[in-house]
Amino acid sequence: MNTKPPLSPIKTIEFRDVSFHINVIPSRVIVSGISLEILHGETIVLLGRSGSGKTTLLRLMNGMLFPSEGKVLVQGRSTAAWDPIRLRRGMGCLFPHFTVAENVALIPTLENWDASRTAARIQEMLQLVGLDPREFAHRRPRELSGGQRQRVGVARALAADPPILLMDEPFGALDPVTRAELQREFSTLAHRLGKTIVLVTHDLREALLLASRIVLLEAGRIIASATPQEFLRLDHPEVRAFASSLAIAPGAPV
Amino acid sequence: MTPQMTTWSFFADHRAEILGATLDHLALVVIAMIIAILIGVPLGMFIVQRPALRAIALGIASVFQTIPSLALFGFLIPIPFIGGIGKRTAIVALVLYALLPILRNTYVGLTGIDPAVLEAAEAMGMTRAQILFRVRFPLALAVILAGIRTATIITIGVATIAAAIGAGGLGTFIFRGVALVSDALILAGAIPAALLALLADFLLGLLERRLKVS
Ligand SMILES: Nc1ncnc2c1ncn2[C@@H]1O[C@H](COP(=O)(O)OP(=O)(O)OP(=O)(O)O)[C@@H](O)[C@H]1O
Ligand SMILES: [Mg+2]
Repeated sequence: MNTKPPLSPIKTIEFRDVSFHINVIPSRVIVSGISLEILHGETIVLLGRSGSGKTTLLRLMNGMLFPSEGKVLVQGRSTAAWDPIRLRRGMGCLFPHFTVAENVALIPTLENWDASRTAARIQEMLQLVGLDPREFAHRRPRELSGGQRQRVGVARALAADPPILLMDEPFGALDPVTRAELQREFSTLAHRLGKTIVLVTHDLREALLLASRIVLLEAGRIIASATPQEFLRLDHPEVRAFASSLAIAPGAPV
Repeated sequence: MTPQMTTWSFFADHRAEILGATLDHLALVVIAMIIAILIGVPLGMFIVQRPALRAIALGIASVFQTIPSLALFGFLIPIPFIGGIGKRTAIVALVLYALLPILRNTYVGLTGIDPAVLEAAEAMGMTRAQILFRVRFPLALAVILAGIRTATIITIGVATIAAAIGAGGLGTFIFRGVALVSDALILAGAIPAALLALLADFLLGLLERRLKVS
């Protein structure tokens, strides 16, 4: 039987044997031996303990850091060859001196969208994340709750319709109920928009809920890469350590 | 007649003169402050981008502050163009005094921004100039204004000494009062100067609070 070779899926982000170290003496290795392919439309969750190198990987993807060895390719092109400004447009805290509307409008403004298109986009984005524009558009971040701030952050990240969304602990510092609510909404949104998402967390529940694939980091190395279903069955001490963190959560079997 | 009575009647008899001197004084302060802001704020923004110049600029500005004001006025008199007797020399000296608090606060305000905010600005793809003008500067405005407020109060005080080199203002009464040992004359200079300083402090404080974010 003669089968055609499968079409190779589009690699949105690719790490080719990447390491990153800081050139102090002695030089400090932050991440090493990273090889990773992220396909179009995947939601990758980078999971790992504090200091395992999650944020570093994210910053290697948006050109805020460059590999000491190896290559990071975004849409087939090395991050070193990208205009760093076009590569960024990521997540981050809100600007305290901007209103909600100005925060959401930030990237469209930097890209010189005309005013009416930007205004329409602000409305659309705030509705998308469940905030009534009439009530929230003119508030400042300090007049919002933590959960509302995170929603605005998501709206801002989505405003210019980027193909890739990099999010560093977007639901951190929220009460568990709001956090779960936002995670569920975000997961629906992510499916609907079909974007490639890389999200950092140290919360296994969040990873299981949102990920199409979980990438587990330990001390600067990738030690596992698996779908949520496969992940819990992996036989690795660090996986078990994370899995045991589920057991003490309320409602889980003790 | 009690001394209070003399002072009071002196104020009443010379109110036009006192008002005129107060306005002269205010003009000296306002002109000096405008020049100091126009130099200090841009210079502060500039040295944020150039750490090598920072120590030099802040160092020079501090040196001027350590020179006693009467001596500084004296030093300036023989210098051509900026020196001589009169208002121009006084304004130059006042600018030199006002510079340090403005420069220092501009620098501190621009560099003291929450790193998470700067990181977000970078992660949004803002250029260095965009970060400076759209993020650092608006967030530093309250701190810069606090520097302007300090400088204004210093300038109102130091400007009384400008009368020694013939610049006019409220210091004229004070110097005359010292020479004639007249409390009424001294107070005719000192009270309006104190009121000006309190008023400037209050108004600029109000503005500063309105500009504060976070
Ligand atoms: N500029 C730097 N200089 C020195 N060490 C650094 C620097 N940046 C990061 N590191 C170190 O690299 C390691 C990984 O940092 P990274 O921020 O990627 O961790 P993380 O997984 O995001 O942790 P967290 O969950 O706490 O955010 C840490 O040990 C950190 O101390
Ligand atoms: Mg991190």
